[in-house]
Amino acid sequence: MGAGAILLVDVALLALLCCCAVAILLARHLFAVAALAGAFSLLSAGLLVTLDAVDVAFTEAAVGAGISTVLLLGTLALAGRRERRTSGIGPLAPLAVVLAAGAALIYATTDMPAFGDPNAPGQRHIVPEYIAGSEHDIGVPNIVTSVLASYRGYDTLGEVAVIFTAGIGVMFLLGRRREDEEEKDGAPPGAAGRGAGAEDGE
Amino acid sequence: MRHHLVLRVVSKMLIPFILLFALYVQFHGDFGPGGGFQAGVIFAAGFVLYALVFGIEPARAALPAPALRLLVPAGLALYTLTGFAGPLLGGKFLDYDVLAGDPEAGQHLGILLVEFGVGVTVSAVMVSVFYAYAGRTREVDEEDW
Repeated sequence: MGAGAILLVDVALLALLCCCAVAILLARHLFAVAALAGAFSLLSAGLLVTLDAVDVAFTEAAVGAGISTVLLLGTLALAGRRERRTSGIGPLAPLAVVLAAGAALIYATTDMPAFGDPNAPGQRHIVPEYIAGSEHDIGVPNIVTSVLASYRGYDTLGEVAVIFTAGIGVMFLLGRRREDEEEKDGAPPGAAGRGAGAEDGE
Repeated sequence: MRHHLVLRVVSKMLIPFILLFALYVQFHGDFGPGGGFQAGVIFAAGFVLYALVFGIEPARAALPAPALRLLVPAGLALYTLTGFAGPLLGGKFLDYDVLAGDPEAGQHLGILLVEFGVGVTVSAVMVSVFYAYAGRTREVDEEDW
């Protein structure tokens, strides 16, 4: 794919992302919001592919567009499906904050090295060692894997511990409720358990 | 979702391939994009799809919650034990060079074990979280959405 084609894809994906974001802001029906959030994640995954970050795109598509959407729908089934209008400060003050923060971020990008610049400080410190070592010492063609699992094994161990802890936390907070309810209501096991979050979602 | 014939048939055809693709991403992560995290969530997504289309009870029958309670710590334990195998064999913590005869084979073995641990914990946590949410939800009428 030539540079022009990539630019075209990038612009199209970013425009669709903006449409999704605005639609999420405007929508009051939370089912639509959850579906749009899934679409937003899928478009982000597409952008990550154009950045050659296929590993991240995989995760974004599976977690963001897949499982998170299902969990959001499951939450909606528990918590109600319409957003309540809140009376408070109008939209102008938050908009000003967002615009100021966005302008500051865009201003900061002018100091950043160009995308993919091999002479950027981040690429020169230890990265050449990893790239050479991944081929000669580890023999793994996918450098992402060798960095993640071997060079940065401590970090990944920590990440897995974080996921483990999060999972245990959710299981403690939410996982036991079903059995308690059955005992209390005397409901048959199927009645409480069958309605998976979005099972009947249209 | 029992009367959605198309969804049921298409999901039934797709789910085996989703699970197979997850295993490919898991064990081919050394050579192509992917690894334990990606494989774990893809595997869990296949299960979640099954539970959405066919109901939570058949999914619980296929992958019971007690088994998940074992798998969630098992992956982390596999990772940690692989790490401690290094010092036991005369290396450092999470040093895979000493796991096999020559360092490169040791690195391959270590990465394979560690990534498998990641995949097991991630997929088990994802499915557990889904069960936890789904178990609290009463059935919703289609008109209510």
